[in-house]
Amino acid sequence: MSKKGSYWHNIKSTTSTLGAGLKLTMRHLKDARKSREPMSPKNENYFDRQTGIMTTQYPKEVIPVPHNGRYKLDCEIDDCIVCDKCAKVCPVDCIDIEPVRAVDEFGKTSDGTPKRIYAAKFDIDMAKCCFCGLCTVVCPTECLTMTDEYDFSGFDFTEHNFAFAEMTPLEILEKKQAFEKFSAEKEAAKQAAATSAVPGTSKPRIPIKPKVRGGSTPVQQSETEKAEEPKTFRPKVPMKPRVPKPKGNDGDAQNPENE
Amino acid sequence: MYAFIFFLTFLLIYTIFAVYAERKISAFIQDRLGPMEVGYYGILQTVADLLKLVQKEDIVPTAADKKIFKPAPVIVFMAVFAGFAVLPLTSGFKGAEVQIGLFYLLAIISLDVVGILMAGWGSNSKYALFGAMRSVAQIISYEIPLGLSVLCVIMISQTLSLQEIIYQQGIYIQHLDEGAVNYLFGIKALGIETTNIGGILTWNIFRAPIFLIGYVIFFIASLAECNRAPFDIPEAESELVAGYHVEYSGFRWALIMLSEYGMMLLVSFLGAILFLGGWNSPLPNIGSFALADWTTGEPGTLPGHLWGGFWLIGKALIAVGVQIWIRWTYPRLRLDQLMNLSWKYLTPAAIILVLLSALWRLLMI
Repeated sequence: MSKKGSYWHNIKSTTSTLGAGLKLTMRHLKDARKSREPMSPKNENYFDRQTGIMTTQYPKEVIPVPHNGRYKLDCEIDDCIVCDKCAKVCPVDCIDIEPVRAVDEFGKTSDGTPKRIYAAKFDIDMAKCCFCGLCTVVCPTECLTMTDEYDFSGFDFTEHNFAFAEMTPLEILEKKQAFEKFSAEKEAAKQAAATSAVPGTSKPRIPIKPKVRGGSTPVQQSETEKAEEPKTFRPKVPMKPRVPKPKGNDGDAQNPENE
Repeated sequence: MYAFIFFLTFLLIYTIFAVYAERKISAFIQDRLGPMEVGYYGILQTVADLLKLVQKEDIVPTAADKKIFKPAPVIVFMAVFAGFAVLPLTSGFKGAEVQIGLFYLLAIISLDVVGILMAGWGSNSKYALFGAMRSVAQIISYEIPLGLSVLCVIMISQTLSLQEIIYQQGIYIQHLDEGAVNYLFGIKALGIETTNIGGILTWNIFRAPIFLIGYVIFFIASLAECNRAPFDIPEAESELVAGYHVEYSGFRWALIMLSEYGMMLLVSFLGAILFLGGWNSPLPNIGSFALADWTTGEPGTLPGHLWGGFWLIGKALIAVGVQIWIRWTYPRLRLDQLMNLSWKYLTPAAIILVLLSALWRLLMI
């Protein structure tokens, strides 16, 4: 009867569309009597509820998260052998560990691994964490896990730093002193042994080492590194005593010694 | 005096709950929960908001025209609140009983524009000025269909007194005028007298069924008068931040909000009085079931006050609810669409309605 875009058609279509809009909102208003239950996304009925109030009142109601979710890290410090692998693998360096060596094996983890190092400090800074989960993969005793807890907001960045070590400063001091004393005694015993015991067996060894290196390592290095290496390589020899600290760097230098 | 005290407290309490209702209804329409924390189901949220607003600093921009900026919210509120002076809440509760109540009401509501323009101009802010300009353009445009739809009622009722208009729409029509009678649809030729039946059959929308369209026009125009969505380009949050009251804070801002909600209530009251029978009951007398008699109450008596207050406030609040419902349904009209609607559709329709009302009046006598 009336053409599209004409005066009467405008009135007609406006009235009908306005009515449809009001009906739509009224339907939502009616559906608001029902509320959605907090339901895990893994539940197969998760998408069934399309009507009703969708809000969950967060701190009071929580939508369950999968247990294998990557959220806050948790460390079972009793099971930790302070191997430092997690701190090494961490791409953002959010794990800070301070080891104190024990005099002797002082316990076992729940999976039977002997513990030889105390954790004076085991801090995980969740503010830096990128939730990659690599640390939980490398952990040999599986003491480091990612929990399903994701709400650890605080008013300060320092509140995101979680300390898992349980040692008191006094304990740390005691353990340190004990180890120092032990190593000092050991050193003294070694020297005493070196001076008193047969000199022939131990002395020849020391000069042998540099020889072995001088002969073998430059050859190996020259394959991968520049020809100047032999000159600069020599100063590395005195670095040897520091071996226990940076394992990765001196790995190459150690190999020939072992061979 | 009692009208002043009653309406001031009523307006404050109503605003608190209307804001709460608005937030809840909008939330439910959008599948949310709305305020839930303060009080049971968030019922005290608006009280908390109000307390916050009252405590806030009253910031006046350095570049603002302080002499205009400061009194503007008061003028806006005054214009709206003065409108309540002539509202007859019940048969006995008259307020200021002036014969030209309707004329006064339309005139005083228009003063609201002055306050809005002062607020927008005095803020010395481009958003506020834009908002004020749009608001003035809109309110003045929509005053025409509004005025014309009111004129239809005046032509049918033959009076400007709001109380008389209400009396005509119920079973107590002969209280003021001995010989007055009501006919079904206002057509005397049908010969069905509804004077003693009352109820919804004697409301203006039934006395003259063309008023169904009249009420729709009135309602749309009144939405624009209140600056409410879908006619909220003066306040368009997404483009003008808050429109003409963007520079206001604290109590002055609260006053502007109060007048906005007061305006909603006022036009809802006016619509209920003009078209929906005022304080008259919607229930008609059917045979021995004298529902209209039972639910109206003799004018001037306590039941008359209680029933009258109940029906009129109820009707007004339902209209406010519909306003809220509409606000959360429709998108905002563009300026050209707004003017189109007013000048091309509502105004011609209202003019035709005025003509038809004149003819209908001839049928009634």
